[in-house]
Amino acid sequence: MLNKYPMWKNIMVVLVIAIGGFYALPNLFGEDHAVQVVATRGADVTATTQSDVSAALTAKGIGIKRSELENGQLLVRVANAEDQLTAKETIAELLGDKYTVALNLAPATPEWLESVGGSPMKLGLDLRGGVHFLMEVDMSEAIRKMEEAKIADFRSQLREERIRYAGVHRTVRGIEIKFRDAETLSQAERFLKSRGNDMVFSDISSGDNVVLLAVMSEAYLKQIKEEALLQNITTIRNRVNELGVAEPVVQRQGAERIIVELPGVQDTARAKEILGATASIEFHMVDEKADVAAAANGRVPAGSELYQRREGGPVVLKKEVMLTGDHITGAQPSFDEYSRPQVAIQLDAKGGEIFSNVTKDNIGKPMATLFIEYKDSGERNPDGSVKMRKIEEVISVATIQARLGRNFVITGLTHSESQNLALLLRAGALIAPVSIVEERTIGPSLGAENIENGLQAMIWGMVVVLAFMLVYYRAFGVIANLALCANLIMVVGVMSMIPGAVLTLPGIAGMVLTVGMAVDGNVLIYERIREELRAGRSVQQAIHEGYGNALSTIADANITTFLTALILFAVGTGAVKGFAVTLMIGIATSMFTAIVGTRAIVNALWGGKRVKKLSI
Amino acid sequence: MFQILDIKGSINFLRHAAPISILSAILVVGSLVSLATRGINWGLDFTGGTVVEMEFSKPVNLETLRNNLTEPLVAGAVVQNFGSSRDVLVRLQVREGVKSDAQVRVVMAKATELDPEVTQKRVEFVGPQVGKELAEQGGLAVLVALICILIYVSFRFEWRLAAGSVAALAHDVIVTLGVFSVLQLEFDLTVLAGLLTVVGYSLNDTIVVFDRIRENFLKMRKGTPEEVVNNSITQTMSRTIITTGTTLITVVALFLKGGTLIHGFATALLLGIVVGTYSSIYVASYLAIRLGINREHMMPVEVEKEGADQPSIMP
Repeated sequence: MLNKYPMWKNIMVVLVIAIGGFYALPNLFGEDHAVQVVATRGADVTATTQSDVSAALTAKGIGIKRSELENGQLLVRVANAEDQLTAKETIAELLGDKYTVALNLAPATPEWLESVGGSPMKLGLDLRGGVHFLMEVDMSEAIRKMEEAKIADFRSQLREERIRYAGVHRTVRGIEIKFRDAETLSQAERFLKSRGNDMVFSDISSGDNVVLLAVMSEAYLKQIKEEALLQNITTIRNRVNELGVAEPVVQRQGAERIIVELPGVQDTARAKEILGATASIEFHMVDEKADVAAAANGRVPAGSELYQRREGGPVVLKKEVMLTGDHITGAQPSFDEYSRPQVAIQLDAKGGEIFSNVTKDNIGKPMATLFIEYKDSGERNPDGSVKMRKIEEVISVATIQARLGRNFVITGLTHSESQNLALLLRAGALIAPVSIVEERTIGPSLGAENIENGLQAMIWGMVVVLAFMLVYYRAFGVIANLALCANLIMVVGVMSMIPGAVLTLPGIAGMVLTVGMAVDGNVLIYERIREELRAGRSVQQAIHEGYGNALSTIADANITTFLTALILFAVGTGAVKGFAVTLMIGIATSMFTAIVGTRAIVNALWGGKRVKKLSI
Repeated sequence: MFQILDIKGSINFLRHAAPISILSAILVVGSLVSLATRGINWGLDFTGGTVVEMEFSKPVNLETLRNNLTEPLVAGAVVQNFGSSRDVLVRLQVREGVKSDAQVRVVMAKATELDPEVTQKRVEFVGPQVGKELAEQGGLAVLVALICILIYVSFRFEWRLAAGSVAALAHDVIVTLGVFSVLQLEFDLTVLAGLLTVVGYSLNDTIVVFDRIRENFLKMRKGTPEEVVNNSITQTMSRTIITTGTTLITVVALFLKGGTLIHGFATALLLGIVVGTYSSIYVASYLAIRLGINREHMMPVEVEKEGADQPSIMP
């Protein structure tokens, strides 16, 4: 029979729209004021913490709406902003400085909805305020570090194999290894190649100068950059957690950049200080044979370098790094028996092994702790990137008394320095310095204003479009309007369902645009039906032909628009991506509601019945 | 039922195509000349620099604020109203050796002198390198979009129609850019998004007409290509007017109510929708005819269309 849907199809339509509507529901509930507790220094947030917090709040007369313990993070919801502030103070006082206590807004989705995965749409920074940073990793520094490490490797490998070399140096071309004669060179080349090393070797000798050039292979270079980026992301994520920000975003962008978004943060200066600081430490042996006075005048022995002590005075250290800060897993500020500040350090297994070997071989010799910090110099390179200033200071020189293992202390710092160093080391050192290349701060009032504006535009557009469709297509207009509303609900539902989707201001614009364009499908169909009716077809025939003929047009038109949205999504950043996402979802859902959804209603009302005239 | 257009037979749209396409050519050339000479007023997203948006508690005299911003750190600052007379926007250029934070501090200090209750609403800093990359990526995005569409339409329809649709899209993009250039409207990232949406919308429109042309070539056994095209445009005219109308209504709502941040986007769309609707007739269809589209070209596609049109897949 013409124009009858099988039952399963009707059920499918109802089910799809119902699911969309169900997942759109959480957006109606708004947000609760909440206090978030995260453990920072080796502490844990447990059920005990939870009950302690509850007891303390109840004692203060603050009503708790809900208290949730999830992923080692406690979220306590209270009734209003006033309670929230008091609650934060109370909890901070109770738990002390081992926990970060932050104000937060939590979606007020009822538990039964949450338990089936319902959550409201995530709002972009432009809608709720906060800071957005785009950071760039200084890859040349990461590569320099690896080259330094390679130089040390080459020296020890050649020494082990008893191949005599005249010197190993970094140059602009790569690492140059000098030899006395060509024969040793080829012997060394064979040996170094056999050891892997991820390097490409070439003989660049000229005349008496017998030099082997080692350059990092493309693959190795790529790997170093990749590792530097990932390590920096991890470190920055740790630091963001120390800041105690609710729902932060730390994400890679491309090969060298990292996006950091801190919702609700207004104090950008402090955020930048913590995120951008790249303090790390390195342990070097002191070059005891070097003449410090001569070195200060520029005659530094090969393989060593001149540094300044923090308390003043020069010291010559061997270039070779005994251990880098990468192996540090924990660091706490404390005081020694004379109440001098110190930092207690724990190393990972590999670090412990290296350190144990190094200290065993060097008992009785002095070892220096080199403190390295990169700071934004405020200047820019010609290409626009930020110039970083490298500050290197020797913070302590101590004689190795015994073989050290995974736990030891660093002394020679002031109280605040020990605090800071501990924080930075604990959060992990940045393997290469980062600079901020883009920063956007949106005030919270502007965010609210943006939502208000977007909603207004949507309501106005919607009202006019709905009224027009109703007047122009009458009964069929009502059906198209139902489809349009269902479509909007489904867009919201799908946006809420997709974990990565974020609603931005351009996203709202995308939704508004969807309202205008979504009727196109129905207009195409209805105009076809009218044409068929004019051509003298029966009502049933007209409906059938109308839907059938319009289908390929709608498909072609929407697929091409979808393509452009996809390209927008692929190349766009931030807000543009948000727009592309809503547009794509809008196209998909509007095709469904305009074609399948309205057909179901039309079939149910008129399909297979004797109808003389259509209200279209 | 009432009809916006109640047409018996068909309107001879193409009769005016030759003179109108000359107008199009003039528009395109004019836009290109303006783009070459006046260029585009690139926004912060593409040039890099710092923007500070602030809200004063009362309307302020921009001239006073401008005169106060003479320190070398912020010299050359552009001060303008943004939305209302209390909202002020200050743009600062990237300067060698100057931190954006320092610039923002100076600006806010000067603003506070004028009005102690001034609030900072938004600060954006974009490095020059990032801006340059964005501009390159943006241009690339438009280009890739056009190529993908060319491929899709060639595959689904026919190369003469594909050439027509891509020419129409390029026409729309160039003319919209031209208007931005002539009026020196600010071109930021949202405008780029708007431009790509225009590509999508204009294509939507062109495809609807082409679809009908293809169908009519198969249906109307007699009739010259011109007649077929005229007929197709006439038949889709009601739909074009209604859809363009509803879309324009929502875009106008965005333009009026969406707030200042979305203005550029809405402007690009407003222009693009009008130009895009016109170009689907006088650029896309006309070019396809000039390229010699006729019935035979549509024959092989018939097979494919049957498959895409199976009512059992999506009724």
